[in-house]
Amino acid sequence: MPATIRLQSADFDVGTEAALLTRGRTDIGAVVTFTGICRGEEAGAPVSAMKLEHYPGMAEAEIARHVAEAEARWPLLGATIIHRYGRLLPGDNIVLVATASSHRGAAFAAAEFLMDYLKTRAPLWKKIERADSVSWVDAKSSDDVATDRWTEQRPAAE
Amino acid sequence: MKLLYFAWVRERVGKGEEVVDPPASVATVADLMAWLAGRGEEYAFAFENAKIIRAAIDHAHVKAGTPIAGAKEVAFFPPMTGG
Repeated sequence: MPATIRLQSADFDVGTEAALLTRGRTDIGAVVTFTGICRGEEAGAPVSAMKLEHYPGMAEAEIARHVAEAEARWPLLGATIIHRYGRLLPGDNIVLVATASSHRGAAFAAAEFLMDYLKTRAPLWKKIERADSVSWVDAKSSDDVATDRWTEQRPAAE
Repeated sequence: MKLLYFAWVRERVGKGEEVVDPPASVATVADLMAWLAGRGEEYAFAFENAKIIRAAIDHAHVKAGTPIAGAKEVAFFPPMTGG
């Protein structure tokens, strides 16, 4: 399965990436894209910017392991994961997960699986800048719960 | 052995990477954190709550009890918050 994994400071274009997954192919019946976007408010207080730090080399390797796991679980025909790093402003794209399959079920499930794993396993850290303070984002237990549920079920192929 | 630190672990230690040569008694990831914590105030601060710090050996997540023998690169970081 063709898989694209990129860590980059530059922005990405969702439409371009989705089109690349299906270009020249007629076996793909479904593409699901998820885009994570920097919010202008966090916990009820305005955010001026977000800084993303990553572990070069391991981030790509860890995401590749998640993609391999997704490919083992669902009949995927393509996947693209792009995660940005550096300083991002409210409204900026943070992350793209795009999955392609013959049918929507696998594409939806794999995209959600990849996002859940990305949040709790990929070595990336967010720092929030506010008008009067700078702080690292705390890991959410709800994200661990979201990731753990994938170890409790083996979803159907469609 | 090369050590890497990320996010607030990096900020507390005061550097992003360094090369260390721990004694043979330092066998596991947990041993390495305890040894590092004894290297000075900044390390003690970084590793004061070692239970919440995550580790990776050569680009793969590992648990605190994992042996470090043969590791080229060991990284320490807080729970991840990407996505």
